[in-house]
Amino acid sequence: MKNYILRRVGYSLLSLFLLSLTIFLFVRVTGDPTSLLLEPGASPEDIENLRRQFGLDQPLWVQYWRFIESFVTGDLGLSFYYRTPVLDLYFERLPNSLLLAAVAMALSLLIGIPSGVLAAVRVGGFWDNAGKIFTLLGLSLPSFFIGLVLILFFTVYLGWLPSSGSGTAWHLIMPAVTLGWYFAAAHMRLTRSSMLEVLGSEYVKLARLKGLPEALVIGKHAFKNALIPVITLAGINLVVMINVAVVVETVFAWPGIGRLLYEGISFRDFPVVQAVVVIGGCMIILVNLLVDILYALIDPRIRLES
Amino acid sequence: MTVTTPPIVATEPSPPAAFWRTQGFPLVPVLILLTIALVAVFADVLAPYDPQIGSLALRYRPPAWQEGGSMAHLLGTDHVGRDVLSRLIFGARVSMIVGITAVLFAGSVGTVLGIVSGYLGGWADQVVMRVTDAWLALPALTFAIFLAAIVGPSELNIIFILGLVYWTRYARVIRGEVLSLKQREFVRLAIVAGCSKRVIMWRHILPNVINSAVVLGTLMLGVVIVTEAALSFLGVGVPPPKPAWGLMMADGKQGLMVGHWWLTVLPGICIMLMVLSANLLGDWLRVKLDPQLRQL
Amino acid sequence: MSSQPLLSLENLSTHYVSQQGARVVRAVDDVTLSLHAGGTLGIVGESGSGKSTLALSILRLLPPAARIVGGRMIFEGENLLDKSDTEMRRVRGKRIAMILQDPMASLNPLFSIGNQVGEPIRVHEGASRASAWERAVALLKSVRIASPETRVSQFPHEMSGGMRQRIVGAIGISCEPRLLIADEPTTSLDLTIQAQYLNLLRDLQREHGLALIFITHNLGIVAKMCDQLAVMYAGQVVEQGPVSRIFSAPAHPYTRALLGSIPRMTDNRQHLTAIEGQPPDLSSLPPGCAFAPRCPMAIARCRVEAPPEVAIDEGRTARCWLAVPGVEATAATMRSNVA
Repeated sequence: MKNYILRRVGYSLLSLFLLSLTIFLFVRVTGDPTSLLLEPGASPEDIENLRRQFGLDQPLWVQYWRFIESFVTGDLGLSFYYRTPVLDLYFERLPNSLLLAAVAMALSLLIGIPSGVLAAVRVGGFWDNAGKIFTLLGLSLPSFFIGLVLILFFTVYLGWLPSSGSGTAWHLIMPAVTLGWYFAAAHMRLTRSSMLEVLGSEYVKLARLKGLPEALVIGKHAFKNALIPVITLAGINLVVMINVAVVVETVFAWPGIGRLLYEGISFRDFPVVQAVVVIGGCMIILVNLLVDILYALIDPRIRLES
Repeated sequence: MTVTTPPIVATEPSPPAAFWRTQGFPLVPVLILLTIALVAVFADVLAPYDPQIGSLALRYRPPAWQEGGSMAHLLGTDHVGRDVLSRLIFGARVSMIVGITAVLFAGSVGTVLGIVSGYLGGWADQVVMRVTDAWLALPALTFAIFLAAIVGPSELNIIFILGLVYWTRYARVIRGEVLSLKQREFVRLAIVAGCSKRVIMWRHILPNVINSAVVLGTLMLGVVIVTEAALSFLGVGVPPPKPAWGLMMADGKQGLMVGHWWLTVLPGICIMLMVLSANLLGDWLRVKLDPQLRQL
Repeated sequence: MSSQPLLSLENLSTHYVSQQGARVVRAVDDVTLSLHAGGTLGIVGESGSGKSTLALSILRLLPPAARIVGGRMIFEGENLLDKSDTEMRRVRGKRIAMILQDPMASLNPLFSIGNQVGEPIRVHEGASRASAWERAVALLKSVRIASPETRVSQFPHEMSGGMRQRIVGAIGISCEPRLLIADEPTTSLDLTIQAQYLNLLRDLQREHGLALIFITHNLGIVAKMCDQLAVMYAGQVVEQGPVSRIFSAPAHPYTRALLGSIPRMTDNRQHLTAIEGQPPDLSSLPPGCAFAPRCPMAIARCRVEAPPEVAIDEGRTARCWLAVPGVEATAATMRSNVA
C-alpha cells in the first residue's frame, strides 16, 4: 500500500519533471527565447538584462534549474500586456473557469448518466441506438461549431440569451452547454459500459434471485456500483474542463483561463501562454495522482497487488 | 410456448470498443470522404472564383436561395466579398493536406517508437513511456496552442505541431500490441532462427501492427482535423488569407450577430461531415481489421 | 411423504437461440423431474451439461437469448410458466431461493451485510427497516456467524470467503422458502470450510423443512447430502433415482463412468473421471444418443436413434437403449459376433 503510493508519487514527479523539461527545451531550443519572453521593441538593455536574468550565457542545465526555481517560488513572470504578475492574472480568472466547469459538469452528468443507464438497460433498443448517435455527434462536433450555432439560434434568431460576456446566469447557459456537450457524450459512453458490466455481475444476479423489483435491482444494486468509475472520470474531467475551455471561452468571451490563454496568443504575451500551459499540465498530473491514491485507499484489490 | 423472462445478463458484455459497432460497409461516409478528397485535388478546376481575392462591393451576399442572393455566388460572399463556395472548395484542400500529413507524421513517429519501446523493453521502454505519460497530461489543444505560440503559424508548422502532439497516442496503443505480439509463436521462431532485433522489429512486428495503425490513423484523422480547425479558429493555425475552414468560421463570427449565418454554418458543416465520416469509417475498420484493438 | 410433489418438472425444455435464429442450443432438453417437500435432489453433470440453465429455468431468470420452449413446472400445485413476471418475482426469494457459486462476487460491495440479508424480508414481507435488521441478526446467528450484532453492520470486504458464503446462505433462507437451489455453492471454498458449510446447509434444511436442489459435479457431496440424484448429459437427464440405488447399480454407462472413480467424501477433486472424448457441442448433437460417441458400450442403434426415458424400477429411470428390456441381450450377441 505504502509502496504503491510512493511509487505512484514517484511517477507523478517524473512526469512533472519531463513536462517542465519539455516546455523548457521547446522554448530554448526552437529559437531565441528573448524574442518570446521580451515584448517586441524592447531596448538592447532589456535584452541584456533578460539574458543575465535567465543566465542564457550559462549551460542549459543551469538555465533549467533557474526555470524550475522560479516556477516553484511562484514567479511566473510579468504579463507584457497587463503588466502584472502572470500568477495574479491566473488566480483572477480561475473562479470564472471553475464556475463554468462546474455548471458544464453538472449538465454533462445530468444528461450523460441517465441516458447511459437507459442505453445499458435497453441494450440494442431504441434508446441505445439514439444514445449511440448522440455520442458519435458529441465526440465529432467541434465545440466552436456548436457554440456558434447556439448563438445563431438563441441570440440572433430568438433573442433569448446574451451571446457573450459574464455576470448573470443567462450568460452561463450557452458556454456551459457547449463545453458540457462533449463531456456528456463521454460520460454517457462510460456510464453505459460500466452499467453493462455491473448488470452482468453476480450480485445483480443475486438481487434478482431475491425477487427484488427491477427498479430496485437497477436503481440500488446496479446503479450505485456503476457510478463509481463515472464519478472518478468526472473528477478528472472537471480539471480537464478548466484547461480545454479555450475555444468555448473565446466564442462566448467568457473571462476564464481559456480566454486568458487566447488573449496570451493574440497579444503575443508569451509568459501568459507558458504559465497557463504549465499550470494546466501540473493540475492534470496531480488530479490523476489523487484519484489513483483514493482508489488505492478504497479498493482492497489494488492494495493487494502492490 | 414462449415465456418472456427478465434478462439476467446483458447479451453483449460490451467492451467500449464494440460501442459503435457498425454492421455494414459505411458507404455514405466513404463517399463523403472521397468527394472531399476529389474536391481538394481538383479545387483549381472546380472553384468558380479565386478564394483569396474578393471585392468589397460584393461583401455579405447571402446564398443564392435567400433574398438578395444571386447565382453568381451560390453560397454567398464573406466580409471582404470573397466567394464562400470557392473558399470552401480550397478549404477542403487545406484540411486534407494538413489532416493526412499530420496523421502520417504522428503515425510513423508513434508506430516506430511504440515498436521500439514495446519490443526492446527496459531502458528504451521507460524513456518512451514516461515521456508519453508526461505529454499526455497536457490537453492536446493546449499543447498545440503552446507550440504554435513558439514556432508561429504556418501550414507546415501546423502539421509539425499536430504530429508532435498526437504521436503519443499512437505510441501507447502500438506498444500494447507489440507486447502481446512478442509472446506469439512466430516472433519466438524468428528469435530462434537467429534474426537480429532490427529484422524482427521491422520484418515481423511492423507488418502485424499496420492494421492497428491504419485504424487508429482513420480515427485520428477526425481528431486532427478538429484540432487544426480549432487552432485556425483561434488564430494560431493556418494563417490568413488561406481558406481554412476553421479560419473561415473565425472570420464569419463578426457577421453572425447580424444574421450572416452562412459564413459560420457552412464551413462548420464541412468540418462536421468530414470528422463524422472519418469516425464512422474508423469504427467500421476497427471492427473489420482489428477486433483486438481495445484502446482509444 | 405426501404423494403430491413440491416441485415437478414435466418435459421441460430451454433453448438458447442465436440472434439470427440460425443456431439452437438445447441447453435443457425434455427434462422430467420431481422433488418432494423436505427432500434433497442432487443434479450432477459436466460443465455445459445444462444443470445451471435448468436451475435458472425453474426461477425463470434466464439470459435474454434463452427461452423456455416447452413443458410444465408445477410448484406447490401451480404451473410457474403460467405466472406473470410480477407473480414470478414474488416467488423468487420468498418461496424458491437460490445460492450462487461465487461468494466473493455475490454480495454487493456497497451495502452492509444487514441491509443485504434483510432486503428480501423487507420486499416480500413489507417489514420495517428496524425489524428486517433484527431478523438479519438472527439469520446471521442461525448460519453460525460469530458476533452477529457487529457483523451485521459490516461490509462484504471485511468478511472471509466462508463467512460470505454463509451470509449468502442466510439470504437464501431469509424468507423461509420451501425450496432452496444451491448451484455449486462450495466450489470456491477451502476443504474444511466446505465440510462445515455442507453441515450447515443440512441442519438448516432439517430445521426449516426445506427442499434442496444441489447442483454439483462432485459425487462425494451428492453421497453425503442427497437422497435423490439426477445425472445430466447434454441437456438431458440420462439417469435419475434414489442415490443409494444409483450408486450401487448405475444403469447408464455415463453414470457408471462417473462413478468409476468416485471421489470419497473427503476428496477435494473437482474433476470427474476422465471419460474419453469431449463433451458434445450442444448446437450440433449427433443424431442418436448424445453420449454414444464416448460410450464404451454403444451399439449400432445408439448412433441412429435417441433412446427413450425408460423406468428401470420404482422411481428410477434411465435414457439408454441398454436399459430397454430385450435390447441388452441383442447387444451382447452382437458384441460376441464382432469378437
